Amino acid sequence: MTGGLPGPAPEDRPQPDGRRNPQGERIDARGKADPETRTAVVSALVEHEPGVLAKVSGLFSRRQFNIESLTVGPTTVDGHARITLVVEETDAGIEQVKKQVGKLVPVIAVGELADDAVRAELVLLKVRGDEPDKVHAITRMYEGQTLDAGPRTITVQITGDQQKIDDAVDAFRQFGIVEIARTGQTALARGDTPTTPGESPAASAESTAERPESEANRTESATNRTTTEATRPQPTDND
Amino acid sequence: MSEHAPPEFGESERPGPDAGSEAEAQVESDAETPAVETGAGAVVAALERAGAETLFGVQGGAIMPVYDALYDSDLRHVTMAHEQGAAHAADAFGIVSGTPGVCLATSGPGATNLATGIADADMDSDPMVALTGQVPTEFVGNDAFQETDTTGLTAPITKTNYFAQSPDSVGDTVGEAFALAREGRPGPTLVDLPKDVTQAETTAGPGEPATPETHAPQIDADEEAVADAARTLERAEKPLILAGGGVVKGEASGELRTFAREYGVPVATSMPAVGCFPEDDDLAMEMIGMHGTGYANMAVTHCDVLLAVGTRFDDRLTGGVETFAPEAEVVHADIDPAEISKNVHADVALVGDAATVLDQLDAEVAHEPDCQEWREQCRQWKDEYAMDYRTPDDEPLKPQFVVEAFDEATDDDAIVTTGVGQHQMWAVQYWTFREPRTWVSSHGLGTMGYGLPAAIGAKVAAPDREVVTFEGDGSFLMTIQELAVAVRENLDITVAVLNNEYVGMVRQWQDAFYDGRHSASEYSWCPEFETVAAALAHDGPSVVDFRIDPQANVYPMVPSGGANGEFALSEDQL
Repeated sequence: MTGGLPGPAPEDRPQPDGRRNPQGERIDARGKADPETRTAVVSALVEHEPGVLAKVSGLFSRRQFNIESLTVGPTTVDGHARITLVVEETDAGIEQVKKQVGKLVPVIAVGELADDAVRAELVLLKVRGDEPDKVHAITRMYEGQTLDAGPRTITVQITGDQQKIDDAVDAFRQFGIVEIARTGQTALARGDTPTTPGESPAASAESTAERPESEANRTESATNRTTTEATRPQPTDND
Repeated sequence: MSEHAPPEFGESERPGPDAGSEAEAQVESDAETPAVETGAGAVVAALERAGAETLFGVQGGAIMPVYDALYDSDLRHVTMAHEQGAAHAADAFGIVSGTPGVCLATSGPGATNLATGIADADMDSDPMVALTGQVPTEFVGNDAFQETDTTGLTAPITKTNYFAQSPDSVGDTVGEAFALAREGRPGPTLVDLPKDVTQAETTAGPGEPATPETHAPQIDADEEAVADAARTLERAEKPLILAGGGVVKGEASGELRTFAREYGVPVATSMPAVGCFPEDDDLAMEMIGMHGTGYANMAVTHCDVLLAVGTRFDDRLTGGVETFAPEAEVVHADIDPAEISKNVHADVALVGDAATVLDQLDAEVAHEPDCQEWREQCRQWKDEYAMDYRTPDDEPLKPQFVVEAFDEATDDDAIVTTGVGQHQMWAVQYWTFREPRTWVSSHGLGTMGYGLPAAIGAKVAAPDREVVTFEGDGSFLMTIQELAVAVRENLDITVAVLNNEYVGMVRQWQDAFYDGRHSASEYSWCPEFETVAAALAHDGPSVVDFRIDPQANVYPMVPSGGANGEFALSEDQL
């Protein structure tokens, strides 16, 4: 082989002692060698147009973001939809999620919800109907509703935070769960805080006050229309 | 060559969404909105209104209405041999001119052939607009003839894409795609045009091209962060500037030169940034990374403050991130906030336009850092690790010599394009670049065959400048058919084939990492390029076939994931 160049060999060169972790943080400065992950709820206000959900979900797969759930539904503004994402990432990873989602052109604003945010999830549980009284009792314990009771199966609905849903699923196991469907978490910021930065309700919205939890459980498709609502310039990423 | 001025207009000059300006817009549109008759006419009018001058494309069924509308337009259209060539030519046009290059293709294979070039532009943040034909809306989803889900296919490789919904809005959609392609961090956008939309009658001409208000880039960096960055630089003992492609795209080369010279800070570059700082300058450390100079890699490994401007810290640049500038405080300026701390943590984040941020820093930094010793050290590394290749009389022609000879023979503003592989690295290493937008290559995607179609796009963008293409024999064969286009358009470009009858970079890796097992890297027979040229190249392009040393390797070399400071200078060091 030819093409070698002059100069000291690698072992004859000075080498620095410092190192970075895989997240690119200097280990001696602020970065830990192995940073921990945490669960974050990220809310994105988007233009409800064809392909927007594909763009968001495609982003998660191609950037290998760890996503636990994704829900989508309409908002008070015609043509806008809210996507709620639950992700498990390091702090740096969560920052990347917010910024990369914010970069998508149909995304209007992105925010991470505080720990005290209002969160809820819905589960439908179809269990064996051999012990209807017991099923009914447990359903009441979890403030659920019976949606269907047949000779062989009973289907109930439970709503609440993730822990409550997990507990309920455990409690129903004794009857034999036939099928299960969970929506994944959806969430809104508590009190007057907007869920995504700069967000304001449509003029037609009745109230800006806190929403009851059940409101947050809608997952049906929004109408497929775009709007020319006056949007504000929103720095979505520099929080 | 048209200037792409960094966006500097104030809020008040932005197209406002308020109702008050609607009446005004109406008046304006009466005055300026071109008369159109069809959706396709609106597409063409939108391109004209956005300032496009040249298109690169290939005809086909679903795009025919747009081509028909082009028949009456003053827009220049360059018919390419293959859609990949159209995308690369448009990409290079964008690099050289700073204005989005436009490429056109039909649905199905036309769109999929474009995809490589779109992905290339996306990786390198080059401004580009791709327009693709699509089957009529009523057939979409039926697996119709030449149907592909083009927006689905290109979502991950575009800044954004659009499926045109109606003839009345398609002009505005194309205008927005054009505006977005160049605004902030540039990149490719795509509009998929169903044939019924382009064929339908409409009189709705396009309005002024505008981007969504929600995606206005931040131009000025946060003042506190600028102050932080300035203090960090003032106390540096071993500062280094790492200029990225954003310096070229943001037209910040002048600001960079001023800043570096005023404060005496050495400058290294990423590959897309080559040319933004003159490589014959005292402070120039040239390119960092896998095949960067030894001195640049020493400097980045030992610096204590790294001012990175407009770079995305690609893995070919950083090597293993654990050992990248391991002791440096990183000040990272970028117009895309998502690049901050993506690969390398930024101790100070400056979100903003490159030229503006450099001006802000210049105003804020109070004094030159005390780094006389460091500059001396950098100078010493430049001597120690000089890029001096050997030229024994008994060895075949050296590719480095060919590159240097072309550099000698051409003007300072000559444009160099390349394919991908060893020849690309020799070109970037041994040509002395002095001006931005003179180096046109496929950096992030690494697309073999990029060089010739890129030369076509570059020559069309800058007809008065010399264009030299370096290609490998393997790379050249991938898009050699575009020679016919250079003849048709009478483009005076020179293709220098650095021919070693190998896919040379693969051969080099096989020798280093696969025990010399040359699996599928050896070309036992190569066409006679001079005969090919005689058949394909009459007026316009010329092809020179250089039989170079087939054993020549590219050094320095940092193995994939290795430490930049441990670059190998010969095979026995790998």
